[in-house]
Amino acid sequence: MGATPAFWLFMGPFLAGLVVFVYLPIAWSFVLSFNRAQNTVQPREFVGLQNYLDLLGPGPFLDSLWTFTVFAAIIVPLTFVLSLLLAVLLNQIAVARAFFRSAFFLPTACSYVVASLIWKLSIFNGVRFGLANQVLSLFGVENIAWLSSVSPPWYWLVLATVRLWLQLGFYIILFLAGLQRISPELYEAAYVDGAKAGWQTFRHITLPQLRTTSVAVLLLNLIAAYQAFDEFYNLLGNSSLARPPLVYLYYTAQSNQDYGHGSAGAMILAALIVLVTLAQNRIYGFGRPET
Amino acid sequence: MPADMSHLPVSTRRTFLSLVGALGIGGALAACGGDTGGLDSGGGSGGGKPTLKQWYHLYGESGTEQAVQRYAQGYERATVEVQWTPGDYESKLSSGLLSDSGPDVFEYQLNVDMVRSGQIVPLDDIVGPVRGDYTDTDVTATSLDGSIYGVKIVDDTGFLYYRKSLLAAAGVQPPTTMDELIDASRALNRDGVKGLFIGNDAGVTPAFGGGALLDLVLWSAGTANLTADNRIGFTTPEAKDSFRKLRELAESGSILLGAPTDFWDPSAFTQELAAMQWCGLWAMPKIKEAFGDDFGIVPWPALSATVGKPVTFLGGWTSFVSAKARDVDLAKDFVKWLWIDNAEAQEDFNLSYGFHIPPRKSLAASAQKLQEGVAAEALRIFNESAVAPNPMWTPKMKSAFADAATAIVRGGGDIDAELAKAQQAVEAELARLAA
Repeated sequence: MGATPAFWLFMGPFLAGLVVFVYLPIAWSFVLSFNRAQNTVQPREFVGLQNYLDLLGPGPFLDSLWTFTVFAAIIVPLTFVLSLLLAVLLNQIAVARAFFRSAFFLPTACSYVVASLIWKLSIFNGVRFGLANQVLSLFGVENIAWLSSVSPPWYWLVLATVRLWLQLGFYIILFLAGLQRISPELYEAAYVDGAKAGWQTFRHITLPQLRTTSVAVLLLNLIAAYQAFDEFYNLLGNSSLARPPLVYLYYTAQSNQDYGHGSAGAMILAALIVLVTLAQNRIYGFGRPET
Repeated sequence: MPADMSHLPVSTRRTFLSLVGALGIGGALAACGGDTGGLDSGGGSGGGKPTLKQWYHLYGESGTEQAVQRYAQGYERATVEVQWTPGDYESKLSSGLLSDSGPDVFEYQLNVDMVRSGQIVPLDDIVGPVRGDYTDTDVTATSLDGSIYGVKIVDDTGFLYYRKSLLAAAGVQPPTTMDELIDASRALNRDGVKGLFIGNDAGVTPAFGGGALLDLVLWSAGTANLTADNRIGFTTPEAKDSFRKLRELAESGSILLGAPTDFWDPSAFTQELAAMQWCGLWAMPKIKEAFGDDFGIVPWPALSATVGKPVTFLGGWTSFVSAKARDVDLAKDFVKWLWIDNAEAQEDFNLSYGFHIPPRKSLAASAQKLQEGVAAEALRIFNESAVAPNPMWTPKMKSAFADAATAIVRGGGDIDAELAKAQQAVEAELARLAA
C-alpha cells in the first residue's frame, strides 16, 4: 500500500525471521507429522494419521495431558485468586506502593531454570540442610523428600510454588491496571446508595468491572499451563509421575529423535490450545463490551 | 543532524538509519555464512590443513578439557577444533547430526537408530586389527549387525560403596544378595544417617543421569531388557522377583531420597548422609580423599544366593565418525591416531584427571594406578561383572520400561500390568526396527 523502502528495510529482517524461524518450521512440522522421521528431519515414509493415532491411544502422551489437567487445576485458580487479592491490596495501600509493586514484579524477570534450581537445591532440598526442612525441623517434623516423595506427592507443592513465585507479579500488574480503570465515581455512587465497603462493593462493582481482565488472566494462565516445560524439566526430568505434554514431546523428539511423533504431538497440542482458547472466549465473552 | 553525528559519512538521518539497517542485515548474513561445515578447504587459521570438528560433552574433572585440546594439537594431518559442551550434550548432538554443520568426530554411546539411519560409519578397518585388546563387553557395546561402529575412549563402571567402620559397628557384612542389601540398609539406617543411596528416584526414573538400577535390576536376576536374540527379557519370573525386592528396598524407609545431587555424585556418601551408595568408579578419588581406607566396594548384589549374580555396568564413552564428515577417511585416521595408536593419551585421559579404566586391556593391565588396593579390586569387578548395554535398546524402549519401573517401585503399581504396558511399547519398537 504505502510501504516505503525504509519500511521493508526495517521490517524485512523481522518478517524474514518470522517466516524462516516460525512459519516454515510449523509447516515443516505439519508435514513431518504425517511421516516416519526417525533420526532425521526428512520425511522418510508417509504414514498418514498413524503418528496421531499412536499418540492418542492409551500411553504416555495421554498421561501427559492428565498431568497438564492436574497442573492447570492447581495453578490457574491459585494464580487467579492470589494475583487478584494482592492487586486489590496493592491498590489500596498508601505507603511504599511502588516498592511492593516492584517486589512482586521482580520475580518475573527471573529465569524459570534458575528459579527451579533454587527451589530444588536450596528451598526444597530433601535433606537436613534444605530451607523448608530446616524450618520444619523447628517443629519436630522429619525431613521430607519434596521431589522424591510419591505418597503424598509433595512435588506438586514445589512445582506450584515456583510457578506462582515466577508469574504472580505479571498478573498482579494486569489486575492493577484493570483496577485503576474503574471509575471512583462508581464506588461513590454505591456508597451514596448505602452499599458497604468491602465484600459488597468488591462483589458487585470491582469483579464485574474486571471481567475483561479476568478473562485475559484466565486465558493466559491456561495457555501458560499447557506450555509448562522448564520447571518440570528441571525439577523432575523425564519422570512419568508428572510429565506435561511439552516435556514428553521434548524427549520424544530430542532424546528418541522421533521427529514424526514429536511433530504430531506438537500439532495436537497446538490444536488443543486453539480449541480451548476459542471455547473459553465463547464462554466468557472476551472482547464483549463491559456491562 | 546532532553535532555528535557530524563525523559520520552520512548526510541525513534517513541515510544514517538505512546504513545501520544495511549493516544489520549484512552482519546477520555474515553470521549465517560463518560456519563452513566440517572441513576447511585450507588457509586461514587452518594454515593450509583441513579442519576436523571433534565434539565432547563436559567432563567434570578439571584439566580434562585442556588435555583433549593438547591431544588435538598433536595431530599433524588436520587442524582439530575441539568443542566442549556444557549442559545438554545429547540434544546438541542430536541436532548437530541432522545438519551439515555437526561434528566430524564425536563421543556418545552406540544405538541402533544411529546406525540404521546412516548417521555413523563402521570402523572395522581401524578397530579390527586390535579387536582382541578390548574386552568382550566393550566390543558388544560398540557393535551392531556384525560391524564395529565406535572406539571406546573411556570405560566406566559402578560399585556399591560402603563405609567399613559403619558396617562393622552395625555388625553387617558387605551385601551379596538383595535380601542382604535390604537387611544391611535397615541396620545401617540410624543416627540421622540413611542406610543406602541409590539416587533420588530409587534408581528407576531417568532424569539427569538417574535410573541407575534400570538395567542392574534385570542383570542381577540373570536376565536383561533384551535377550541376545533381541526378544523381551524383562517379563521373566526372576525379573518380577527382582522388582519386588527393589520395591521392598524402596519402601523400607532406609534409603536416602531428596539429596541435592544424584547417584553419580559421591556427595551424599562423603557428607555422611548415607552409609552405602551406588556410584561410579569416577567418584573413587573423592571418596578416598574423604574416608581414606575406610571404604570398600562390591558389585550390585545378585537377586538371591541361587538366582542371578552380582553385576555392574559397562559405561563410559565411545568415539564415532559422522557419516556427514567432509572427509570420512581423515576423521577415521584421527580417531585411530588418538584413541587406538596413542596409548599415552588414552592412559592420561582416563587416569590423570578423574578415575576411569583405559579401554585397551593391555593399558588397563599395566596402568600403575590400577595395580593395588581398592582400584585393583575395581578393575577385577569390572572385568568379571560388567555387562554391556544392548545397542538395540532404543531410548523409546528405555522410556517405556522406566515408566513401568517407576510405577512399580515408586508408585506401588501392579508388576504384571505395568510390565505388560512396557512390553507392548517395546514390541512396537522391535517391529519398527525389524521393518
